Amino acid sequence: MKYSRLILANLFRKKIRLALTLGSFAVALFLFAFLGVVKDAFNRGMDVAGADRLVIINRTSIINPIPLSYRDKILRIPGVTYVTHNNWFGGVYQDEKNFFPQFVIDPENQRQVYPELIVPEDQWNAFLKDRQGAIAGAETAERFHWKIGDRIPIKTTLYGGGSWEFNLDGIYHGARAQDDETQFWFQWDYFEERVPDRDKGRTGWYVLRVKSVDDSVRVAKTIDDEFANSPFETRTQTESAFQASWAKQTGNISFLILAIGTVVFLTLLLVTGNTMAISVRERIGELGVLKAIGFSDLTVLFFVLGESLVIALGGAALGLGLAVFTVPVLSKALNGLLPRLILDRSVLVTGLVTAILVGLISGLLPGISAMRMRVVNALRRV
Amino acid sequence: MGAKLFFGFLVTLLAVIVLVSIAGIIAGLLAPLIGNVPVSYNFRSIRARWTSTIVAVLGIAGTVGVFVAMLSLAHGFKATLVASGSPGNALLLRAGSPSEMMGGVTLDSVKIVQDAPGIARDGAGPLITQEVVGVIPFPLITTGTDANVQVRGVSPNVLRIRTFVKMEQGRMFQPGLSELVIGKNAAKTYAGLKLGDDVAFGGGNWKVVGVFDAGGSAFDSEVWCDSKILNDVLKRPDNIFQSVTVHLTSPADFQQFKDAIVADPRLNLDVTREIDYYAKQSTVMTTLITVLGGMVAAVMAIGAVFGALNTMYSAVAERGREIATMRALGFSSWNVILSFLFEALLISFVGGVLGCLAVLPLNGLTTSTMNFQTFSNLAFAFKITLDLLLMGVLFALIMGILGGMFPAIRAARLPVAQALRDL
Repeated sequence: MKYSRLILANLFRKKIRLALTLGSFAVALFLFAFLGVVKDAFNRGMDVAGADRLVIINRTSIINPIPLSYRDKILRIPGVTYVTHNNWFGGVYQDEKNFFPQFVIDPENQRQVYPELIVPEDQWNAFLKDRQGAIAGAETAERFHWKIGDRIPIKTTLYGGGSWEFNLDGIYHGARAQDDETQFWFQWDYFEERVPDRDKGRTGWYVLRVKSVDDSVRVAKTIDDEFANSPFETRTQTESAFQASWAKQTGNISFLILAIGTVVFLTLLLVTGNTMAISVRERIGELGVLKAIGFSDLTVLFFVLGESLVIALGGAALGLGLAVFTVPVLSKALNGLLPRLILDRSVLVTGLVTAILVGLISGLLPGISAMRMRVVNALRRV
Repeated sequence: MGAKLFFGFLVTLLAVIVLVSIAGIIAGLLAPLIGNVPVSYNFRSIRARWTSTIVAVLGIAGTVGVFVAMLSLAHGFKATLVASGSPGNALLLRAGSPSEMMGGVTLDSVKIVQDAPGIARDGAGPLITQEVVGVIPFPLITTGTDANVQVRGVSPNVLRIRTFVKMEQGRMFQPGLSELVIGKNAAKTYAGLKLGDDVAFGGGNWKVVGVFDAGGSAFDSEVWCDSKILNDVLKRPDNIFQSVTVHLTSPADFQQFKDAIVADPRLNLDVTREIDYYAKQSTVMTTLITVLGGMVAAVMAIGAVFGALNTMYSAVAERGREIATMRALGFSSWNVILSFLFEALLISFVGGVLGCLAVLPLNGLTTSTMNFQTFSNLAFAFKITLDLLLMGVLFALIMGILGGMFPAIRAARLPVAQALRDL
């Protein structure tokens, strides 16, 4: 790149302008990354979902229970490998603001159905032996500074009410970054023992794994047919469809975020395009001189494009780099309000590509006019 | 800890910026009044550099638009839930229950509550509705996928308790029959919930006999029916309800009613004003939208200020000779600063007004989201109020001052002789 020194020298001529243009690029890219992260957080459920997992809920309403007696019938259906049943506990730890989901779990098959949520073997064994045992996700444990062995009281108004006490026997970690590490699990036996009679023998939902993903539609239908016309009809869906139905109900949030992103990018395009136009306009005389001493039209276009690309890449690196550093801080600060924020590589790549495109487009217009300009006119202007 | 420090720092920084900006705005607005560079000079110079001015205006307009839209969304969500409560009503839940979904009030308790002092009565008896809520999936008209609708079993006299709810089409359900009345937003949002439709859910067959208008409150997203039938269909015990709402003889009687309920040893119920209950329900979502919207607008504002700074700096650079001429003619550096501030304010004011105008059509536009307190879908409208618009314009002016102040100072400090000699 024999012209790179000339491009750099031109860039650094107006240092304030360079800083401001880089800055607005960086801000826009930071915002882009941030919006992408938030959008991902809203749709998180879907990419956590296991392809071979099905969720069975009560057909009437997700808040209605299903009998525990269904478990053996489900297991007998060909194609089903593991079944676990979970129940929503809906308790409060110290204060309503400290929300995290608590599930009553069936310890026998929970780990087979959710192999990506990893509990160390010794902790799991301690949990199995402890009637009041509990396992917490790493994120929740860190949030409340829990250590293994802590006694954790959780108040509830459901299931007979009162304060339930648990011993923290283990902490699980997700195998992948997007796995939910906020859940709190405890023993089905302890639950069954304390709830009033009318809640005994019932669960909130079943989660099962099928032998082959291609088979899941048939298995789902067989299950729903099996329990059709019973007092507790079921609705069986793949886990991702189940999660998607929740995510869809947060409504137009994704659309709003995309709309904002578009507004931001149009604004950004205008700002950079304008800056490039100004700097070309100011240098019309110089570009005329360059052409007069024999630089080709294309080389002149290359100078202008090169400048805007350097700005675009520099701004993108700054903004995306800032996002990489601040997203973990923001995630901590917004804990409890939003699911964990994770900066996905695809957001970074999209951001970079978009930055290059914006750089090219905003350099192209003034670049082409510089290329077409007649030397005589350029030199005649002041 | 680190996060707290970070936010404390941000808040301090913001406070300083706002204070400086307000001083700048006042100074800039006063500029035409104090003997100064004529205002027509600013208008002409804007016209001379209209392309970069338009870019600055659009940058500010975009930022203000996003800012106002986000705030109006939060505002609309809150207004929808707050409108659901009446000051003259009291809501009773089982003690400690954070929401209706988790409530449980027995029929025995309802009978005791009926006789408490402060409850309004009409010819048919006390104005009290014992309610059951269920969450039933219905397909959305737009996507065909299911969304959860809150189905509320109510007493037949509910319209005398929630007096703002009016039947828009058809009639109220008959007690004891499987009939539904639909909130007007629910009727528009879900397939198969029109007047006269037959609906099957929960093992029962229902007929839609009416559509009601609940004045833009959360009830507009709900489906109502007889609570006895709903308990039956949802296979719940018929003597347990999830909440009880009473109409008081007057809002002032609330304390007397509450004292009577709390003092009764047979009851274990929490009493809140209905309006307070719904205001509290809205806090999580409102905070979420405000925090997210605030962060997006703040980051965008930085971008817009950079844009404005660029425009004003290049204006100063291009007009170096003009400025020096003015100084040579006897205008003081203060006059030059004020003149530039005024120009920046003018640009940002136009941007702010444009941004507000651009989002104004959103007012009243209905969107929906999940209400995490009830696990059901809630329709609500963007609500743009005058004070939001004023905030938007003020926000624009602050950006204008931040973008104009440093270039103005630089303009004033240009050495006169050297600037005149250049070129």
